[in-house]
Amino acid sequence: MDKKQPEKIKCKNCNKEIDPDEFLINFNICPNCGYHGYVGAMKRIQITSDEGSFNEMAQDLNSVDFLNFYDLKSYSSRLTEARLKSGLNEAIVVGDARINGFRTSLGVMDFSFMGGSMGSVVGEKIKILADYSIANKLPLIIFCASGGARMQEGIISLMQMAKTVSCINRLRENKIPYICLITNPTTGGVSASFATVADIIISEPGTLFCFAGPRVVEQTIKKAVPPDFGSAERNLRNGQVDMIVERKDIKDILARLLKLFKN
Amino acid sequence: MDLNEIKEIPKNYFKETLRSFFKLEKLKRISHFSGVHFNDAEKELAKKIENYKKVEKEAIKTWKIVELSRNENRPHTPDYISNIFEDFIELSGDRQTAEDKSITAGLGKINGATVAVIGHNKGKDIKERVEFNFGMSMPQGYRKSQRVMQLAGRFGFPIITFIDTPGAYAALEAEDSGQASAIAKSLLTMFELEVPVIVVLIGEGGSGGALALAIGNYVMMLENSTYSVISPEGCAAILWNDPSGSKLAARALKLTSRSLLHMGVIDRIIFEPLGGAQTDPVRMVRILKRYIVLALDKFKNTDGKQLKEQRAQKFETMGFLAESSQDLFSDK
Ligand SMILES: [Zn+2]
Repeated sequence: MDKKQPEKIKCKNCNKEIDPDEFLINFNICPNCGYHGYVGAMKRIQITSDEGSFNEMAQDLNSVDFLNFYDLKSYSSRLTEARLKSGLNEAIVVGDARINGFRTSLGVMDFSFMGGSMGSVVGEKIKILADYSIANKLPLIIFCASGGARMQEGIISLMQMAKTVSCINRLRENKIPYICLITNPTTGGVSASFATVADIIISEPGTLFCFAGPRVVEQTIKKAVPPDFGSAERNLRNGQVDMIVERKDIKDILARLLKLFKN
Repeated sequence: MDLNEIKEIPKNYFKETLRSFFKLEKLKRISHFSGVHFNDAEKELAKKIENYKKVEKEAIKTWKIVELSRNENRPHTPDYISNIFEDFIELSGDRQTAEDKSITAGLGKINGATVAVIGHNKGKDIKERVEFNFGMSMPQGYRKSQRVMQLAGRFGFPIITFIDTPGAYAALEAEDSGQASAIAKSLLTMFELEVPVIVVLIGEGGSGGALALAIGNYVMMLENSTYSVISPEGCAAILWNDPSGSKLAARALKLTSRSLLHMGVIDRIIFEPLGGAQTDPVRMVRILKRYIVLALDKFKNTDGKQLKEQRAQKFETMGFLAESSQDLFSDK
């Protein structure tokens, strides 16, 4: 066995050296300042759901390069790279899970797959999850992490905003509770569709959550934006989210909410 | 093959092609000594260059449409409203904080029946364009449209929308007052409606700001209008970090009426007078009126629940997927 100690890493926020083992075990939260580092979909599922309770659905859906979209690389090769990099098929993982014993439909987006962008597969998986929620009368929980619509699918990615909202509309008609968790970052087409039509919106601390990102806004208004632009704290103050909850407490809050909805 | 041929290909593909060219030249030199031939590699490069030239031709064609869609002399929402509907009365305000003039809304009559009309308004001259923020809406604009849509829904009035916006306004105030949730709420509101919704893309269909008025039972698009997830300029800036790639981006995004019909995103193309709608606005308005009447007729006998279901079906089936159980991570 290799006895080499893992190298020390620095916190992106407080810049202090932190023990990588402690960081990993602590759900990627800086033990020093509490900064919430990024966690991928699989780790998020482990943190949020009861051990061994998650059953993935629709894992065989894959994106296709129907526009033959080519910038510096083709969309197909970007997809292949994203699969290798993230170890996932697409930017969202969906399934059936238990949270402190409560059965739910759970969807978790992964920013490491092409910036968590929403294309046809993300839209379809959300539809499958919503249909499953309605058929089994299960509350829906989605963790968002997305840069927005997936440009490489052109107009069809814009249509996924409509598609997902339509699914949530049917969920609402069936009186199924829907809780959305905003994680860093959540912007663009995901912000302006299924994320913001949730019954309850919870944000992790320090999360960027907006429609147009800070750089786009600065370009439009030709002025610097305040440092807290789009932050969870600013969104709470502006009435855009219900609460800010630290990563370690999210599972508990979800369970408490599920209990209230179970009336 | 020589360097001059490469010079003609689009700037954004230039570097990559140049690299292949020099690689090939090097291979040729090696082949000279080793006797190995590289005909295939040369053919492939020639094919690549041919393709890039084709791409550029298409890009120029698409760009003409982008420019037409933004032409200031095209008829705008007020031109259609005043010439298609009788007894039109404009309604203002979101009843919460503001009146956003980038969206015009109101009630009017067509063929004797009351309808609600909502459309982006870019303004007709400089003064208006500034006042209407070039058709880029704040959350208050989307909230006004939701209010009028709900009113129409309650009274059973069909809704006609005109899409013509570069996109939602990207500004600090817009973000602070909930731009994302305003757009999402507009989508939700449109899916709840139990009246016919007829959508017409008349100019620029920019991203979420366009979609916020575009959830229709029937979606029509003027020949030279565009509809896209991102502006070509924005797309080029992200992909090539260079706005000069806008034409290539416009082509890649497939934002023309023809491509959109082909993908099933719109139901009908409305052809414009030769040279574009701006050459004969009066005729354009007259033609569009005919199609709006036809579209309304289509849904005359459909009941509310069915209308809602048809709309949900239409949008929930959009997407291109592949289902495969093959192991994507296996080495090939
Ligand atoms: Zn720290």
